[in-house]
Amino acid sequence: MIYLLIAFPLFMAAATFLWPSDRTRPWLLPIGGLGQLAVVLGAMSLTMHGAVLTGLSDWLRLDALGRLILGFVSVLFFLCSLYAPGYLALRADRPNRLFCGNLFLVQGLMSLVMVSHHLGLMWVAMEGTTLASASSLYFNHNARSLEATWKYLLIGSVGIALALLGSFFLAYAALKAGLESTLLFDALVREAPRLSPPWLHAGFVLLFVGYGTKMGLAPMHTWKPDAYGEAPGIVGTLLAGGVTSCAFLAILRMYHICVAAGEADFAREIFVATGLLSMAVGAVFMVRQRDLKRLLAYSSVEHMGILVLGIGLGGAATYGALLHLINNGLTKAVLFLSAGNIHRAYGSKMTSDVRGALKRVPLSGALFLAGFLAITGSPPFAPFVSEFTILSAAIRDGHFVVGGLFLLLLGVVFVGMGATVLGVVQGEPPDPPPGAPVLRDSVATGAPIVLCLALVLLLGLYVPRPLVTLVREAAAFLETAP
Amino acid sequence: MLLNILHTVLHVTVALTLPPLLLGVIGKVKALFAGRVGPRLLQPYYDLFKLARKGSVISQTTTWVFHLGPVMGLVTPLLALLFVPLVDSHAPVSFNGDLILMVYLLGLGRFCTASAALDTGSSFEGMGAARELTFACLAEPALFLGLLVLVKLTGSMELATMLGSSLAGHWPTAGASLVLVLLSWFIVLLLENSRIPFDDPNTHLELTMIHEVMVLDHSGPAFGMILYGASIKLFLFAALLVRLVMPVSTGSLALDWAVLVGGVLIVAVAIGVVESTVARLRMTHVPLLIVAACLLSGFGLVLLLR
Amino acid sequence: MHALLDALVIAILALNLYALGVSRIRAVINAVALQGVLLGGLLFLVHATLDVRGALLVIATLVIKGVVIPAFLVHAMREAEIQHEVTPFVSFMSSMLLGAVGTGLAVGFAHTLPLAEPHTNALLVPASFATVWTGFLLLITRKKAIMQVLGYLLLENGIFLFGLLLLEAMPFMVEIGVLLDLFTGVFVMGIIIHHISREFSSISTENLAELKE
Repeated sequence: MIYLLIAFPLFMAAATFLWPSDRTRPWLLPIGGLGQLAVVLGAMSLTMHGAVLTGLSDWLRLDALGRLILGFVSVLFFLCSLYAPGYLALRADRPNRLFCGNLFLVQGLMSLVMVSHHLGLMWVAMEGTTLASASSLYFNHNARSLEATWKYLLIGSVGIALALLGSFFLAYAALKAGLESTLLFDALVREAPRLSPPWLHAGFVLLFVGYGTKMGLAPMHTWKPDAYGEAPGIVGTLLAGGVTSCAFLAILRMYHICVAAGEADFAREIFVATGLLSMAVGAVFMVRQRDLKRLLAYSSVEHMGILVLGIGLGGAATYGALLHLINNGLTKAVLFLSAGNIHRAYGSKMTSDVRGALKRVPLSGALFLAGFLAITGSPPFAPFVSEFTILSAAIRDGHFVVGGLFLLLLGVVFVGMGATVLGVVQGEPPDPPPGAPVLRDSVATGAPIVLCLALVLLLGLYVPRPLVTLVREAAAFLETAP
Repeated sequence: MLLNILHTVLHVTVALTLPPLLLGVIGKVKALFAGRVGPRLLQPYYDLFKLARKGSVISQTTTWVFHLGPVMGLVTPLLALLFVPLVDSHAPVSFNGDLILMVYLLGLGRFCTASAALDTGSSFEGMGAARELTFACLAEPALFLGLLVLVKLTGSMELATMLGSSLAGHWPTAGASLVLVLLSWFIVLLLENSRIPFDDPNTHLELTMIHEVMVLDHSGPAFGMILYGASIKLFLFAALLVRLVMPVSTGSLALDWAVLVGGVLIVAVAIGVVESTVARLRMTHVPLLIVAACLLSGFGLVLLLR
Repeated sequence: MHALLDALVIAILALNLYALGVSRIRAVINAVALQGVLLGGLLFLVHATLDVRGALLVIATLVIKGVVIPAFLVHAMREAEIQHEVTPFVSFMSSMLLGAVGTGLAVGFAHTLPLAEPHTNALLVPASFATVWTGFLLLITRKKAIMQVLGYLLLENGIFLFGLLLLEAMPFMVEIGVLLDLFTGVFVMGIIIHHISREFSSISTENLAELKE
């Protein structure tokens, strides 16, 4: 069963590469997305009822954390795949074989990251996602996307290389302690109290920097605005919701080892500092941001900061952070996809050209506005719930300074992002260039986003019981040493 | 006592007679690489005799400084060589700290040669002197750092002990450092003796010359002294390398001398090979290689200190 | 055995300085290739018992790091008609000195780390840090995209050196996976270099400065 989680998307990737027709190929994406979702739900329901899914002599294991994040990423991928046929029909000018195939490849590698319980294997899979997603970034084949791809690839690879060094340090910590040196998580967690602290610290920092680069935490975020800015909306969604979640999971695994070693405070301080810095960097660069997609990229930096901040605060905030992972991912899907529609409709993503989206493309404009309200934490959308959970946990545990800064930065973000977004959706649209076809909203490119927004709204009003259980279990798994 | 005198006599004899042969060997190797027969091995000796019998033309602008240059160019390397143990742990003169004197004797020779070059008042020779001194002051740290490695290893500040047979015991443990010093010193050897890739002893383009341009105004016996002094300096550095690699003492005097002479000749062959296969560096890249030599020696020292 | 190991590590360190100091791209590629071969040799020496797996790994390292990747980069250079000169932001001399200072610090730093008993005197740890540092220097201080790939390769070589301490912990699958990822990474980067040179008629990363705030 556990092999199927990885094999199914890889099989779909192969099928997509071999599929002969550019016109019908995009329809494989929703089919594969649905299939993957079914497989993942099957695996989740099996493990929820006590079954243990392992493979490759314990190298693979679907645990509580993996269950939560894998489930979420599969949902996200499915939603994106619904959007893909409509989008690719508009981009019929470009061959999409590599694009579609690589989406499946990335999905398969992400699944591998989620279930791998071996530092080395996880590293290989993570680097794989970088390489596989690079070509999707270059989908538009122009100078700007080339630059973005180069930066993404190089910074990502270097970051990941540091993570490899960190993994080695961790293994060395075990070796130094006289243990059978190992890269298996379960063994590392079990033996954590005996690991050599200097090597553990060094390994943690390197892994955090490495995977933090991949996640886009400040100050390692520099590739992010470029990559998200030039990527097609669907790739942006998968990067912002999926690949970053993988990197976050890797950091959580490391954190888990630290907790088990009794070094949680060391990790938490780093988390809180980086989290606040990321939020601040995101907030500062969002103010007066003139590029729609770069705006979203900085928003992603900010929310990655919120995630690690939540983990750093610990306690109830851990629950909030894990919930926020889902809420942020879904809301980012709304934003990136609707921003993609607006970009198509205007042929530009600069605020100087894009005005009055509510009149030109009413549905996408409205969705973009709603997405903005959601991501900045306005009730009744889901991010409000998770951000509020984190904030209340901070206040309750006496972290007044952190809580205050958190609120302040959220306020700055709201104002900065609001200025740009309102400028885009309101006002009179400029006259379209004569002769050019004017793109309007369509069901194919609109309905999937509506579905996303509906989910965001639903999670804001009512968090279903199974999801609460999933998140609780994951948080408990993370916070407890065996 | 008698043995000591024998040692000293042999030392001085070899130091006086062998050096020009190295030039011959280098020339022969280069000729073989180029597919020529080349001059005879003993050609440098004939050259020296020829120069000694010639008269000389001396510029009217020059003073006694100009005459001092060649003499010091010959005397200082000879004196410096007295401190280097050629076999066993024996050098004709040796005292604590003589390594500094050896290096500065070489420095004195360079100072006098450069002064003589400046004394001619020719802009070309002034340029050569400037280059020579610039590069030399970059190379000196490499030599000293290498010597420091030996001091650290042997615990002695006496060249005779530092390069003596006790060094052999350190090769298994500190081989890495010694290899680094060896590399570094080989680079210093090439530089100090104006060899490719730093300088071309056969060049005729004043603009690209370093050492040769300084001695353009010397002729006849004075030039012969410069050539002879240069070959002794080459022999000195080659001997340093040989002692560094093979600080052995076999017990048999003849065998020890054979090792030294053989080793020095091998160094000469190596120089010939380098000169035949490597291209001259651009002047701007020269400091890069010298600094690399310093770094190699320095790294050898760091390895010992850690 | 131990002396030979040290000699190889020293050679790797010397190649680091060489890679920082030379001005021709081909020379840097050659240095990285030679370093790959030396790493293969080190792997061979460190492997106490050479079984089929170990032999495969040595061969894979030699072939991928020493032959395939350099050959591919040379090919990419020719395809993209790259000029041969390395164009540095920081002069060769300064970058070499920085490299040397970093190497010295690496030795000092490795000395303060609590190393396990069999490695206390090994040069592997400082060499690993020094090589990682050299890779970073090349990545940061060189303009051409291909030099940044070479810097990345040096960085990976440094990490590989550290990995030699952990041979028992590093299962075969992972090692091969790392090598494969490295190869694919360089391959993809090579393709992108080709695109960059076609788009801008040069591979200087100074062209890649359009995306900024």
